[in-house]
Amino acid sequence: MVANPFTSLLEQSEPATASGYADHPPRMGFFTDTSVCIGCKACEVACKEWNHVPEDGLVFTGMSYDNTVGLGADTWRHVAFIEQRKPLGQQVTGHGDAGIRWLMASDVCKHCTHAACLDVCPTGALFRTEFATVVVQEDVCNGCGYCIPACPYGVIDQRQGDGRAWKCTLCYDRLGVGAEPACAKACPTDSIQFGVLEELRERADNRLSQLHGAGVADARLYGRDPDDGVGGDGAFFLLLDEPEVYGLPPDPVVTTRDLPEMWRRVAVAAALVAGAVALGFARSVT
Amino acid sequence: MSETELAKGGQEYPRPGREALVGAHTGRREPGPERRGEQPMVPEAEFRSYYGKPIINKPVWQSPDIPGYLFLGGLAGASSVMAAGAQLTGRRGLARVAKVGAAASAGLSGVALVHDLGRPGRFLNMLRTFKPTSPMSVGSWILASFGPAAMAAAASDLTGIAPGLGAVATAGAAVLGPPLATYTAALIANTAVPAWHDAHREMPFVFASSAVTSAAGLALLAAPASECGPARLLGSVGGAAELATGRLMEHRMGMAAEAFSEGKAASLHKGAQVSLAAGVLASLAARRSRIAGRVAGILLLAGSALTRFAIFEAGMASARDPRYTVVPQRRRLQERAGNGGPNRTG
Repeated sequence: MVANPFTSLLEQSEPATASGYADHPPRMGFFTDTSVCIGCKACEVACKEWNHVPEDGLVFTGMSYDNTVGLGADTWRHVAFIEQRKPLGQQVTGHGDAGIRWLMASDVCKHCTHAACLDVCPTGALFRTEFATVVVQEDVCNGCGYCIPACPYGVIDQRQGDGRAWKCTLCYDRLGVGAEPACAKACPTDSIQFGVLEELRERADNRLSQLHGAGVADARLYGRDPDDGVGGDGAFFLLLDEPEVYGLPPDPVVTTRDLPEMWRRVAVAAALVAGAVALGFARSVT
Repeated sequence: MSETELAKGGQEYPRPGREALVGAHTGRREPGPERRGEQPMVPEAEFRSYYGKPIINKPVWQSPDIPGYLFLGGLAGASSVMAAGAQLTGRRGLARVAKVGAAASAGLSGVALVHDLGRPGRFLNMLRTFKPTSPMSVGSWILASFGPAAMAAAASDLTGIAPGLGAVATAGAAVLGPPLATYTAALIANTAVPAWHDAHREMPFVFASSAVTSAAGLALLAAPASECGPARLLGSVGGAAELATGRLMEHRMGMAAEAFSEGKAASLHKGAQVSLAAGVLASLAARRSRIAGRVAGILLLAGSALTRFAIFEAGMASARDPRYTVVPQRRRLQERAGNGGPNRTG
């Protein structure tokens, strides 16, 4: 049977199975519970140390305590800091009438079920691992840059002076020997939880109802739903405000979902080019 | 305070760890009647972002490499069809211009693509696999087959060597030309860049007309006027179609169309429209005036190129501004919630 290249786009399936792994471990992922993040950036540091990620710009941005701005080739974990004049749940802070809440969130590659970066990579440098994560093979990547605007989250980017695309590997090398990723290992509050995705989803659902019960009505899960535009994220989040406040897209969609339609239209348009020129010669005198 | 209590009796107050209830029961006193619950300080804004930073990472593709490639691919593709038409109808001067044009554009576009790679030494990695989910992979294979065919056709025409093989190469290039001219629409539309993706339905037709316009423009500019009947017709039809499909694209793409009316993209877009409109008129006049034909050629080529540069710049601008990503997605969610569908952020 000839494999349909769009199978993974059309079916809700286990991504590792869809990628051809007959026998594979359960899908692994991250649940990042931002409600207990303290903004220590241990995840950023641990990630850089373990993965030899170069320095990503020692600049002062004025964006609260955030000096790394966003995910990129040299920032695979990014802690966002948001200061809001709004109390957290029932909290009473004594700072004026409203109080201040400080949202902190460690962002990372989502390891999408339907990963646009992987779909569009023309060399096969990006691949799906047996843990259903998405990893770049740096010895194959030719720096074409297609994955970069394909990612709906703005995760992967080109490294300056290197030309290749880089992003979080979910510590593929550590997973292979049964260790947890460096960021999760270093997180002092368990804001970053690593594990079997199914278990993490269950844990996140419990956590969400716990917070709602405690009056934190703002709490919501992001990337947990397997029916969303990317088929659910392998790394999902508990947020305390709208996703865009953290720099995340509110309704991301894998671009290749529309590719079959694009190909049909490209084919019709190509036929029109041929037809128009043929007609031009048939109709024209001299 | 909770810290003091923790210090006094750690065992009675175990550290809550991942079970910590943020915002719950952490205050020193119960909320008074005047401050019960959440009090929004400002009315909910229409658009919010993280310090105005972009959501998606902007393409690393450079101008003029990539918009130049979009133009050259179209010119090469449509020229190769025109070369076959000219050859079949005995227009030898037109055939030569179209063949040389197709070969030169294909060569230049290959150079532009390799130049734009982060690792140019690894350009052959493009051909280590074939992936229909990657328009760049499909396009690499099209260009890799089209290029040699177009070059063989041009070489045979110029030298007179192996005319039989030359005819086969001309036919091959004419078959591969149209997909080369239009696949680039899927190439850029198949991204998360709002001004590109949201135009994915009309972009192939804009690119198809733009390709025909440019090939007709090259013929009008360089081929003998006596053989340019088809080019005059195709120049006016292609230019008009490019204007019309461009309008339709802007009309249907929603908010991302605003990227075409701001900054660099706006000037390029305006320039494209003016050149195309003038080019269409000039090619209509070209039947009577030789000069009008040459002018039409320049205007149509410029108009087609400016269309691609405008689309490229609009995409870059829409990637830089988080509004283009957030607002349409937010609206989509609201519509879905209004229709009783599941809320996907939930």
